[in-house]
Amino acid sequence: MSDRKEIDEATGTETTGHDWDGIKELNTPLPRWWLWTFYATVVWGVIYTILFPAWPMVSGATVGLLGYSTRAEVAAEVERVALSNAELTESLATIDLGVLEENAALHDFAVAAGASVFRNHCSQCHGAGAAGVQAGGYPNLLDDDWLWGGQIEDIAITVRHGIRNEEDAGARFSEMPAFEGILTDEEIAATAAFVRGLSGLDHDAALASDGAELFAQNCTACHGEDGRGDRELGAPNLADAIWLRGGRQEDIERQLRTPRHGVMPPWGDRLGEAQIRAVAAYVHGLGGGERQVAAPVDDAEAEAAAEVPPASYPAGAEPTPAEAGEPPVEPVETD
Amino acid sequence: MSKDPQSPDYNPADDPKVVTAEEAVREGDIPNELPPETKTITFHQRLERNATLLLAASFAVVTVGGAVEIAPLFWLENTIEEVEGMRPYSPLELAGRDIYIREGCYTCHSQMIRPMRDEVERYGHYSLAAESMYDHPFQWGSKRTGPDLARVGGRYSDEWQVDHLTDPQSVVPESIMPKYAFLADTEIDSTHIGELVETHAMVGVPYTEEMIAAAEADFRVQTDPWGDIDGLLERYPGAQVRNFDGLSATTEMDALIAYLQMVGTLVDFSTFTPDDSR
Repeated sequence: MSDRKEIDEATGTETTGHDWDGIKELNTPLPRWWLWTFYATVVWGVIYTILFPAWPMVSGATVGLLGYSTRAEVAAEVERVALSNAELTESLATIDLGVLEENAALHDFAVAAGASVFRNHCSQCHGAGAAGVQAGGYPNLLDDDWLWGGQIEDIAITVRHGIRNEEDAGARFSEMPAFEGILTDEEIAATAAFVRGLSGLDHDAALASDGAELFAQNCTACHGEDGRGDRELGAPNLADAIWLRGGRQEDIERQLRTPRHGVMPPWGDRLGEAQIRAVAAYVHGLGGGERQVAAPVDDAEAEAAAEVPPASYPAGAEPTPAEAGEPPVEPVETD
Repeated sequence: MSKDPQSPDYNPADDPKVVTAEEAVREGDIPNELPPETKTITFHQRLERNATLLLAASFAVVTVGGAVEIAPLFWLENTIEEVEGMRPYSPLELAGRDIYIREGCYTCHSQMIRPMRDEVERYGHYSLAAESMYDHPFQWGSKRTGPDLARVGGRYSDEWQVDHLTDPQSVVPESIMPKYAFLADTEIDSTHIGELVETHAMVGVPYTEEMIAAAEADFRVQTDPWGDIDGLLERYPGAQVRNFDGLSATTEMDALIAYLQMVGTLVDFSTFTPDDSR
């Protein structure tokens, strides 16, 4: 028995001394760099438990010399970002929404922030592009047909309190009665035909003339005599070409029999005022946003305003090829 | 000179029972010398050659690990903070939770909002240990193929939940979630709901005798806004009572949506002050 080291001739490396029927095992030493890295991590491990919360004690873990806390860190991080936008956020939360658009910088901030809020919280129902889901009755926010009003302030109220939910007492609320059992099948069919007529769709004229009377008796209180709806009640405009739950005869009959009512959750507590106003500004800017009008216009004016002027280039723009008298471009034949 | 192979003084040449290599060559005998490192393999050799000792020692090592990592959770006062509003799940919610587990929702959806700014801004307040204290088993999950659901309650309307579970792509076209339309076709039999509640009581959820006795009635009344819901609301404050799926029967869809609409809404964060020691 000795301390003699047996060196393997082929490799020049020490063997472990084990010998199994002449088979020996090399005892290749660990690389120095590896060994020292290993020792360093052991030392670091010890230092780490001193600096950071680590060892369980009786009433809690050791806090560590640095006093690190995950929760404090996330709170500080949220605070840091909030502070970097504090001025804009505070202005947005307090500004009169009617004049938000006149403050271009703030409006840009609101729209950019609102886009992000929309993607996270609104797109699941209203769609990533805000076009809604007609089959499910989730309203399209791109058009100018609004159930509860399309000014920024109206949209903000809708977002803040939601619609027909139980959580928020300030939620917008209205429910159309179910006419199943109140009206007969024929009467429902007649009313639906009349409603289709309101927006100029093909309909059974004879049925619709019966429906006119029924509509006047049952529907005008909310939808108005001309069927243009009432935003105070969230009653949709029936005279336009936009249908929340389908405009076919059977769709309208179904909605008359057993109306379905959309529910929107309140976002006031989840988002906070600035984010609510931001997303309202974003939705308002999607295309259908309305501005405050001084006084209601009469029908003749409304029709004149609704007339779309012929498309033209803005003054000062270069003339189009056609205007400049250039020959039209011939399509190139390809094979 | 020692005859103990593990003693530093041991020399096999002195041991009459040992035939060293040299002796073997010289005398034509069979060598039975122990390898030269024998004296350094001491304690561990004894462990490895004695199964009972090895078992006992392994158990001792694992005990140390357990004592350091698991045991403190049972005595540390700040493991589960006290929060306002947490209550055991109502029988309907509990049934919905079982469907959540049965359908493997946890394989794609976590219920754990980590304390990081991006998660807190996207999903809401980070999850607290107290929010899973009545979960057996907890549904933290570890993979997010879909979004985290720890605060999904109240985020969508019931109608959306029905549409989305029935055909997720109808409302979220880019979703890869499978369809769960069959939930609306399956009625839940309330016969065994009391036993379900009792089982959870057995593993430590503080359901009272009264809650177990009333489980079946509470289960049925939670989908019936016109029923006698006072008892339910007294036992499970803040329970949402609605016909969740819009169908007349109490279906699995009702139960699952009742559960989802409750998840993450129980804790009253207005009274919550984070303990900065973690």
